[in-house]
Amino acid sequence: MKLWILIIATIILSFISLFIGAIDIKISHLLDWQSDEAQLFFISRVPRLMAIILAGAGMSIAGLIMQSLSRNKFVSPTTAGTLDAAKLGILISMLFITNVTYTQQIIFSFAFALVGTLVFMQILDKIKFKDAIFVPLIGIMYGNILSSITTFFAYEADLIQNISAWLMGSFTLIISGRYELLYVSIPAVILAYLYANKFTVAGMGEEFAKNLGLSYKVVLNIGLILVAVISTTVVLTVGVIPFLGLIVPNIVSIYLGDNLRKIIPHTMLLGVVFLLICDIIGRIIIHPYEIPVNVTVAVIGSAIFLIMLFRGRAYAK
Amino acid sequence: MIEIKGLTKQFGKKSVVDDVSVAIQPGTITSFIGPNGAGKSTLLSMVSRLLDADTGEVLLDKNNVKKWKSTEFAKRVSILRQANYINVRLTVRELVAFGRYPYSKGRLNAEDNRFVDQAMEYMNLTDMQNQFLDELSGGQKQRAFIAMVIAQDTDYILLDEPLNNLDMKHSVQIMKILRKLVNELGRTVVIVLHDINFASVYSDQIVALKNGKLVKNGPTNDIINSDALREIYDMDIPIQEQDGCRICVYFNSHTGS
Repeated sequence: MKLWILIIATIILSFISLFIGAIDIKISHLLDWQSDEAQLFFISRVPRLMAIILAGAGMSIAGLIMQSLSRNKFVSPTTAGTLDAAKLGILISMLFITNVTYTQQIIFSFAFALVGTLVFMQILDKIKFKDAIFVPLIGIMYGNILSSITTFFAYEADLIQNISAWLMGSFTLIISGRYELLYVSIPAVILAYLYANKFTVAGMGEEFAKNLGLSYKVVLNIGLILVAVISTTVVLTVGVIPFLGLIVPNIVSIYLGDNLRKIIPHTMLLGVVFLLICDIIGRIIIHPYEIPVNVTVAVIGSAIFLIMLFRGRAYAK
Repeated sequence: MIEIKGLTKQFGKKSVVDDVSVAIQPGTITSFIGPNGAGKSTLLSMVSRLLDADTGEVLLDKNNVKKWKSTEFAKRVSILRQANYINVRLTVRELVAFGRYPYSKGRLNAEDNRFVDQAMEYMNLTDMQNQFLDELSGGQKQRAFIAMVIAQDTDYILLDEPLNNLDMKHSVQIMKILRKLVNELGRTVVIVLHDINFASVYSDQIVALKNGKLVKNGPTNDIINSDALREIYDMDIPIQEQDGCRICVYFNSHTGS
């Protein structure tokens, strides 16, 4: 696939995304700045599009970094406990700080996402049997343990309603003023691109990296920090989007390989295209109502994931 | 010159490498041989800084290897351990280009590209430079990794059992290339070998280890004789000469126990 195809697809899908919804908005409406349609457009539609683009690009890159550093094709923020740890962090902040501020939530969520992922990498280091399927299974179990801890304490503290909101990845509630945190993922993605060569080298193993004079541990930690930053911003604004960080980098890897500097632009754009398609489908099916994006992503994503598992076992090893 | 001085490494209570001192002669192939568990790979790992020694030191040009800056060290000494488990989908050219990482950090200039081209030509990989590594056979893959090390342009090339999983033809090819690297480009090759006959035919110096201790160290001809081999392997190994090469015929030897 050529990069320009992805760029054109992104532009076309962005336009579609801007102009579908419960209220019909025409380009002519936008000429009148004061009209209700124009207001709606800039308060709801544009922020929604930006959120989809940032979350799609961010989660794909986070998945790519994790797959490279863990040297396993099936490790991603959703299969390594990163997002579950982020959720646990938000809950802890709500439990222990009265009148918790947004900033405090962000800090807790980030710290837990980082530590949670570090713990998973440590587990990965200890286990001898590094099968391509076995490793993410451990990650999913680990994530479920974190998640059940969260649910238990949320239940005890009557916060179930709050946490189920983060469980559900959705762009429905994105309006101007509620998604800006996602812009933090832009510098994270830029840093990921600057570090692309280092991640590729680190992805070939510690000894390999040392042979080329790369400080492996530093690169590993920087990668995990970037993953935690991106995951936190997405969980706090959009919620959990499954499969995205898993399948998008894998599809790109099949046609373009694993050289991060080369594949990061493709991975970003494919993530955006995939998420835009899923969101548009979710908004069309039961128009004028909406299906949350995590449902459409899960349905389409799991189908793609199964295809990858069946035809791709050889390549994933 | 690389000097190994009193190097010791323990895993738990067991000394895997025990007070080993060796000097690696520049411009030669030096083979590390010995039975399983002799500490050959551990020794090589310590020389290349992949592993820290408990006591003793390794000197590169009179300076302790630990004191070298990572990037500078990577321009002098390269190590390739069993590479076939690496399953990253890079093209041959991309992999070889990463050999230039210590110089370019991934942004290749014209000189870097020249090294990459030369290395691929040397290993006969130019035709398959755009293929992905996972599409290659074991022998081709091994050649690609060695090409990367050649592009790294280090004086010292350390290889840990590079013939593992290779058939006879590919093994001979790899050894001939290593010989060429030493003879034509003046590199120094240190290699852990399992097959005593490859060590005998291709190396200048042999370092024999047993249970972590140095048992023999010298020119190949001083080591490849029945007396010395009995000491290393506890086997009576007859030697036969073939075209000026000493071949150890160990296949039917009495093994003691």
